[in-house]
Amino acid sequence: MTSRRFLLGFAALAALALGACSSGGDEDTIRIYTGRHYDLEEAFTQFAEETGISIEFLEGSDAELRERIAAEGEDTEADIYMTVDAGNLAQAAEQGLFLELDSPILEEAVPEALRDPGNQWFALSARARTIVYSPERLSPDEVPTTYEELASPEWEGRVCLRNSSNAYTQSLVASLIGSRGYDGALEIVEGWADNAEILSNDVIALNSIRDGLCDVAITNHYYLARELEEDDTYPVALQWADQDGNGTHVNISGAGITRFADDPELAQQLLEWLATDGQSAFVDGNHEYPVNPDVAPETLIATTFGETFVADSTNAAEWGRLNADAVRLLDEADYE
Amino acid sequence: MTAAAPTQGGTPEGQRVERSAGDRASQLGWPVVAFVVATLAVIPIGFLAVSVLDPNVEVWRQQWRTRLPDQLVDTAVLLIGVSAGSLLLGGGLAWLISAYRFPGSRLFGWLLIAPLAMPSYVLGFVTLSVIGFTGPIQNWWRDTFGQDAWFPEVRSMGGAIVVFTLVLYPYVFLLARAALADQAGGAYEVARSLGAGPFEAARRVLFPLLRPALAAGVAVVMMETLTDFATVQYFGVDTVSVGVFRIWRGTFDRDAASEFATLVLVVALMIIGLERVLRGRARFGEAGGAAAGVGPRRLRGAKAAAAFTTCAVVLLASFGAPTAQLTFWAVEEATGDRGTPLVDRFTEFLQNSLILASLTAVVCVVLALVLTNGPRFSRGRGIGIASRMTAIGYAVPGPVVAIGVVLALVALDDVLEGIGLGLPGVVATGSLVGLVYAYSVRFLAPGLNAIEAGLEQVPEEVTASARSLGSRPSSIVGRIHVPLARTSVLTGAVLVAVDALKELPIALLLRPIGFNTLPVWTYNLATESRFEQAALPALAIIVVALIPVGLLSLQLSRHAEAT
Amino acid sequence: MSDAAPLEVTGLVKTYDDVVAVDGVDLVLRDDEVLALVGPSGCGKSTLLRTIAGLVAADSGTIRLSGQLVEDGSVRLPPERRPAGLVFQEHALFPHLCVRDNVGFGVRDVPKREVADRVAEMLELVSLGSYGDRYPHELSGGERQRVALARALAPAPSLMLFDEPFASLDHNLRVQLRQDVVAALKATATPAVFVTHDQREALAIADRIAVMRRGRIEQLDTPAAVFHRPVDAFVGAFMGEATFLPIETSPSPHTVLGPVDLDGRAPTGATAMVRPDDVSFAVAADGEAEVVAAEYHGSGWLLTARAGGAPPIAVFTSHLAAPPVGARGHLGLVVGHRQVVVADTTEP
Repeated sequence: MTSRRFLLGFAALAALALGACSSGGDEDTIRIYTGRHYDLEEAFTQFAEETGISIEFLEGSDAELRERIAAEGEDTEADIYMTVDAGNLAQAAEQGLFLELDSPILEEAVPEALRDPGNQWFALSARARTIVYSPERLSPDEVPTTYEELASPEWEGRVCLRNSSNAYTQSLVASLIGSRGYDGALEIVEGWADNAEILSNDVIALNSIRDGLCDVAITNHYYLARELEEDDTYPVALQWADQDGNGTHVNISGAGITRFADDPELAQQLLEWLATDGQSAFVDGNHEYPVNPDVAPETLIATTFGETFVADSTNAAEWGRLNADAVRLLDEADYE
Repeated sequence: MTAAAPTQGGTPEGQRVERSAGDRASQLGWPVVAFVVATLAVIPIGFLAVSVLDPNVEVWRQQWRTRLPDQLVDTAVLLIGVSAGSLLLGGGLAWLISAYRFPGSRLFGWLLIAPLAMPSYVLGFVTLSVIGFTGPIQNWWRDTFGQDAWFPEVRSMGGAIVVFTLVLYPYVFLLARAALADQAGGAYEVARSLGAGPFEAARRVLFPLLRPALAAGVAVVMMETLTDFATVQYFGVDTVSVGVFRIWRGTFDRDAASEFATLVLVVALMIIGLERVLRGRARFGEAGGAAAGVGPRRLRGAKAAAAFTTCAVVLLASFGAPTAQLTFWAVEEATGDRGTPLVDRFTEFLQNSLILASLTAVVCVVLALVLTNGPRFSRGRGIGIASRMTAIGYAVPGPVVAIGVVLALVALDDVLEGIGLGLPGVVATGSLVGLVYAYSVRFLAPGLNAIEAGLEQVPEEVTASARSLGSRPSSIVGRIHVPLARTSVLTGAVLVAVDALKELPIALLLRPIGFNTLPVWTYNLATESRFEQAALPALAIIVVALIPVGLLSLQLSRHAEAT
Repeated sequence: MSDAAPLEVTGLVKTYDDVVAVDGVDLVLRDDEVLALVGPSGCGKSTLLRTIAGLVAADSGTIRLSGQLVEDGSVRLPPERRPAGLVFQEHALFPHLCVRDNVGFGVRDVPKREVADRVAEMLELVSLGSYGDRYPHELSGGERQRVALARALAPAPSLMLFDEPFASLDHNLRVQLRQDVVAALKATATPAVFVTHDQREALAIADRIAVMRRGRIEQLDTPAAVFHRPVDAFVGAFMGEATFLPIETSPSPHTVLGPVDLDGRAPTGATAMVRPDDVSFAVAADGEAEVVAAEYHGSGWLLTARAGGAPPIAVFTSHLAAPPVGARGHLGLVVGHRQVVVADTTEP
């Protein structure tokens, strides 16, 4: 009968399903929940080849993965939680999801501003959120050099910014709160809201400069690097923001070891490798800056944007904790 | 137990052996199963909804002062716009296909449901990339007519409404077409023969008869629009769902986010209520009533060309053009030096997607059959209420369901451990079981609705006859109800499978380590703004989702020929 | 045959919300008997039938089928466990199965060969021997109903239940079909309960008739008794055209039609019932009665006559001698007929 055939089919599917989830249990494996997506494979493969330790990872979005680890608790498979912003790392630390690490290697490799004061998590790559502009339409002396400048009326209708739901926007505003205070930051963001065309991603922002919708934007530096890699005549240039002030805001991709890790030492070995020998493999493919000052950035950004720049020295944990305030500030400023 | 005593003495050979306990069980079975299913469906949302009991007044106040009013307005405008668009497109095209014959009309009848396979987030990013400000179309426009030449703002409420309409109208189209094939079309003909002009006949007869189908279709469209939080962001539309995620991801306040999610739920309940009111007391199908569909008229000349063009333009805009663009990008990437990351694991992603969609479809169809058949075999209104409750998962955004399922399963794990039945490791979360559970909670409603509509067409007397002939309920479902309602059962399965194939946020949060689906693959690239590289996986989703959609198309046309 | 009655209902009650649909019904069916349940719509006859079938749960009371308890306060056998066949007004055939599979549907636990034999036997019984391969939509209304009957009879139920089985058929077909159905029931010695709102049909097919009103059985008797000796005015009026005449008690009991034999019973408010064919009308210029209306019925005329202060009296006369409207004459009782005293039941 049809119902019997149906049951058979269902049984087969169920068997497949069980087969598909019977992974894990392997001792020499590090498992990572990661909100970072790009170039993981390359770096992890290299690590596996060097050490014989294999890595399994689950990609997702930062906030949800953190919720999952918190909910799973002891049962979680995650040895490491990796994100693309400081906010969720700070929140995870606050929720007590991380182990405090005692690692001279990490402390040496990662500058103090880019790690948790309690050594619960460490930044592994730096992504500068800075000013990009059209060199065709702006003469060198017109190019804005600070975040504040973009809030002034002269830029009305000429700025492209990313929406408030985006973590990069939020962390930039959080760092502004950290350096300028809530009211100072509010004034800037309100100016932005008046001036800007709000867009849903950085690539569109860059293309909008190319196509004349705006003259200037704030994006992560590596999006521009990608465009320039494909087309070295791409008509957008980069300006390091706030070089004479607090420095350019750097949002980070970082990681910590969960309290529930099966083998914290193994996981620590991976983080140490990523912060030292693995830095290039981890950051170069996406044109990010290494956090380790001893590691040189990859050629394209080094030659086009410069080897170094003045980065905001506020501790990442501080503006990570200010993320919630930043969201409220964006609400208050009526920033789309 | 008061077992009935079988009497001695020979009764005719038809007498059956007394099995009182079994009867009790079968009597109890339906309500118990329905209750369990409803509970399982409600618990994950319930875990989050309890936060409403202790509202965070501060956050509500702050939101009310800042974004919430605009979000409510945006949500309302979006819902109204997409509903109107879907009604116009879905209802209009259904009428065109059912009432007229023109070159390609039969083929369009098949093809016009293809956009079901197109995830709205894919059409969203293709639209923005191609005709957005920085896309080739507008660049050409500016080169031709000058830098300041006017062009409609694509990244806008209007753009969002158009995109949602283009991918969601098939829900209305499907149901309206089925209704036209049944009584509505015939009644229209009768009205015309009674001297009513086409508009009068449409207004007085056709529309009232189509109303239940249109209401059901629009309700689905509204739910899909309401719970979306990805596509709307491409277009800068700030809905309540977007607000939920801004609060959750930005302020890390899950409780407050849950509270705002219940606001989404309230809007959803309003939609369901509206649908019930609009459907009214109308019944689908009448026993024995010879349902003559509408007799199609042949169009010629300019009218035929206009009809053809209308269908072609809709199909091109919603499916043809974006698919072509994705194919172009995919080929470009494949032949370029970068290549698509992880393309070597394509078959694995494909297999995972297929397993997940099939399991979800099977589970949802089985549950829907249990819930919809319950009232036929058991007294009491409990089952009806229970099956209404299971729709709750469809009324909240996917990630809300997902986090609710995580919390529910962890709680279940704890309970099981508490009574010494501890499951090894993470059976609860991060397993395919949890994933299928969450998918089923989310997508039971569309399957349930389709199957319920089909079962309504089977007269109660048919069920009663089968019972009086000695068939047990389970055997009646298998031998009578499913075969008779097979088109609806297949429709339900297809709607669930297609939704499951396109679903991203639940898989993103709940899947086991190493278990990646096609949408996850697409997301991994799209989230890094590598849209061209995401073209291949996006195309794969569409192609795979076309399989069940095609199956449905085939069955529907067979069904149409049979009646 | 079992020595127990094929159907025994005691004290059956079924209420819907506030409406009492079945109000304490007792009923015993005899072997091989065809019982008709009649009554105006809403009297509870269909509910009673459905309760027997198990489609509706009783509030209280018991039902036994061939002695087997199938329903009381704590036991309720589902329909599939009750050895009763069921036929509806809407034949309710399975549209996706051919005639053969429809008829064979309820025959189980026997070899295929025997199923086929049984199906063939049943189709012969309803004169549809060559229809096995057809589908329900290829059949006429009457044929469908025959298939429904064959399907219900195939598992050899110990009782058949019919819910308005002929209501959707036209008159001639109905007469033919009901004769065939009764013949099939008698041929298989299957007792049956018919629900019908058509009292002529009940009179034609039933061995006994139960007249229901407001959830109760008012009278349960042979067709002749129910028609000619109704227990009250309601039954009398329901079973056919009737005139109710007031009884004068002095000097002796009589009505305008002549003396009444009270037979020792003289309930207050009782009236005398006459059927139109009990009454004669003899044309006479000085007659006390006048024809006020005349209706042609083919086999005769149904006259309405008025005499003095009495209610209008229905009279059936031969088509050969039809007095025109306005004609006068004498009213009387046809030889061998008499007026029947019935209780008044205008109030419950």
